[in-house]
Amino acid sequence: MIRCLQEENVDHVFGYPGGTVLHIYDALFKQNRLKHILVRHEQAATHMADGYARSTGRPGVVLVTSGPGATNAITGIATAYMDSIPMVVISGQVQSHLIGSDSFQETDMVGISRPIVKHSFLVKNAKDIPEVIKKAFYIATSGRPGPVVVDIPKDITNPTDLVEYEYPKQLTMRSYSPATKGHTGQIKKAISMLLESQRPVIYSGGGVVLGGASKELRELVHILGYPITSTLMGLGAFPGTDPQFLGMLGMHGNYEANMAMHHCDVLLAIGARFDDRVTNSLSKFCPHAEIIHIDIDPASISKNVMVDVPIVGPVKSVLTDMVSILRDKLKKSKAGPSEHISEWLDQIQGWRNVDCLAVTPHKDGQTIMPQQVVQAVYKVTGGTSFVTSDVGQHQMFAAQYYPFDEPRKWINSGGLGTMGFGLPAAMGVQTAFPDEVVTCITGEGSIQMNIQELSTCAQYGLPVKIVNINNGTLGMVKQWQDMQYEGRHSESYMQSLPDFVALVEAYGHVGFKIEVLDELEPVLEEAYAIKNKLVFLDIHVDPHEHVYPMHIAPNGSMRDMWLKKGVRT
Amino acid sequence: MMRRIISVLLENEAGALSRVIGLFAQRNYNIETLTVAPTEDETLSRLTLTTSASDSQIEQITKQLNKLIEVVKLVDLTEGEHVERELMLVKVKASGAQRAEVKRTADIFRGQIVDVTNTAYTIQLTGTSGKLDAFLSALTDAIVLEVVRSGVSGLSRGEKILSV
Repeated sequence: MIRCLQEENVDHVFGYPGGTVLHIYDALFKQNRLKHILVRHEQAATHMADGYARSTGRPGVVLVTSGPGATNAITGIATAYMDSIPMVVISGQVQSHLIGSDSFQETDMVGISRPIVKHSFLVKNAKDIPEVIKKAFYIATSGRPGPVVVDIPKDITNPTDLVEYEYPKQLTMRSYSPATKGHTGQIKKAISMLLESQRPVIYSGGGVVLGGASKELRELVHILGYPITSTLMGLGAFPGTDPQFLGMLGMHGNYEANMAMHHCDVLLAIGARFDDRVTNSLSKFCPHAEIIHIDIDPASISKNVMVDVPIVGPVKSVLTDMVSILRDKLKKSKAGPSEHISEWLDQIQGWRNVDCLAVTPHKDGQTIMPQQVVQAVYKVTGGTSFVTSDVGQHQMFAAQYYPFDEPRKWINSGGLGTMGFGLPAAMGVQTAFPDEVVTCITGEGSIQMNIQELSTCAQYGLPVKIVNINNGTLGMVKQWQDMQYEGRHSESYMQSLPDFVALVEAYGHVGFKIEVLDELEPVLEEAYAIKNKLVFLDIHVDPHEHVYPMHIAPNGSMRDMWLKKGVRT
Repeated sequence: MMRRIISVLLENEAGALSRVIGLFAQRNYNIETLTVAPTEDETLSRLTLTTSASDSQIEQITKQLNKLIEVVKLVDLTEGEHVERELMLVKVKASGAQRAEVKRTADIFRGQIVDVTNTAYTIQLTGTSGKLDAFLSALTDAIVLEVVRSGVSGLSRGEKILSV
């Protein structure tokens, strides 16, 4: 098993030992090519592997024991599945002859994980290990990526049973062959539609990041000169500071992005999946648009929204083809492709002028607004930090106020929305990039869902910067209760919060508490100047702030938004 | 909503069937009948299921099925001309005057009586699901003790085949 992982060039394994994986841990002990990171809870191992995968593009590898080890990994596997993250999870299983007998630490891992994996294996013979591992990595990383579980009974890894070892060089799987190229006819049709459109918009998603097609996307968008918006998962694939960028779209998307979507006549969707957090009411989605959709997964096409021109293929290859066809076409014409859409660009500029993300400072002059925290982090890090987030208001503020210029720098749980993701994900990123600045933007609710990992950070010296936007409430829950439940804050207050500074100091880290605006930037400067230690910034902010813009639901279209408290479109 | 017959070639491996069934439960699709057995190639199973779905739903169902690693190939038989059959065994109370009546009805439907006791007949009937339903309706005066149906199997008509 360990040799197989070495053949796959795995450098880090995130895990936790236990009875059924002790043979594997013993083999791990006897080598030094693979480094193992010992977490404090298996959920964190999966999120670390996930952060590692999202930041590097290489599969994350997890090793857990049977029973509770396996079930603790489930949330992290589901998180990776929803965001199509390549991951291989090796779980121990009780000895083959005990399976089905309710033996100690037995659980049907293949069964429990079935709806949240791309595929799974139960290894039945030691000689099958190389082929299974080869297939697991191939399936996890090819096509639309995803997590693969390899469940392996203890007796199969017994070192006294010697078997012939040969790692397969090639694989053939008759039932699995992801698309390698888009259909040329469809691509040509898409180009013609784009060039003839009067009000085009490009809508790019996480698939562009996963498919490593950021360069090709930039080339296409710059040649066209058309406006582009991005999903939460796609941020950074196109530079956030580029003038053609409209900002994020969707439930908490920019006014100009959502308005442009609603009014467009041709929509080019690239590696995005028309999620309900993007579309608002499906029946009112892009009512005037003809839709082109590029995706590696045919099942994503016409799933939620009917598409006029589907293109199934890897985004990188399809975008490369589009750029070359477009260049050929443009040689023949004198005018640039965006010259005929100046009216549309003016209309969009009008929407931009609304300045939907303008931050109103608190009237007392000293209370910190949560948006100001993200703005200050952006300033202090020069916009170049890796940023992971948890889930809630702080996640939306981070997405809105930290424009990412590079892909794989913004790491968050978009699909499953897993609180507790941020810190271990940041640790995975820091493991892969020990010398880079890694920030975890979190809240006092989310951070406590995996706070035990402060111990792992101490063991491996991971100098993550944790920005805890502390509003003393489950902010997003409270916001919905304010807006939809007449302010009845049922169970959304966090009482008995720890003294976070004392807590992190107990683990041997550095902590700062910030309560007034004047201290925000200077203390952040001080924190980021500490290169070799984890720093926890407990930043107290206005507890009453809401995230805006916000789609009006149910039955709203993309242009129906709250712009601030009591102000709607 | 239309009744569909989806026929799937599946790797004959442990757990493959549970993935298909799990997919239907997970995505809120319904299964009306399901039948599965190995084919002449022992590495493959052939699974036939019937479901009710609209055109857009059936497109999603077939795409999602195709995404399962162990699904090798599939066809929606109801898209073209096809033959479909289902097998039913019915145990009916058969005594006194009813005995002859049940036998007559079975003959009309070309059913065969495959087991007999003093008080009961077990009748075997093959046909489309509609024919089997009709037979059960025709037995209204008889007392039906037990019914078991195999679920639908089918093939495309003519030269068209589903193979690797």
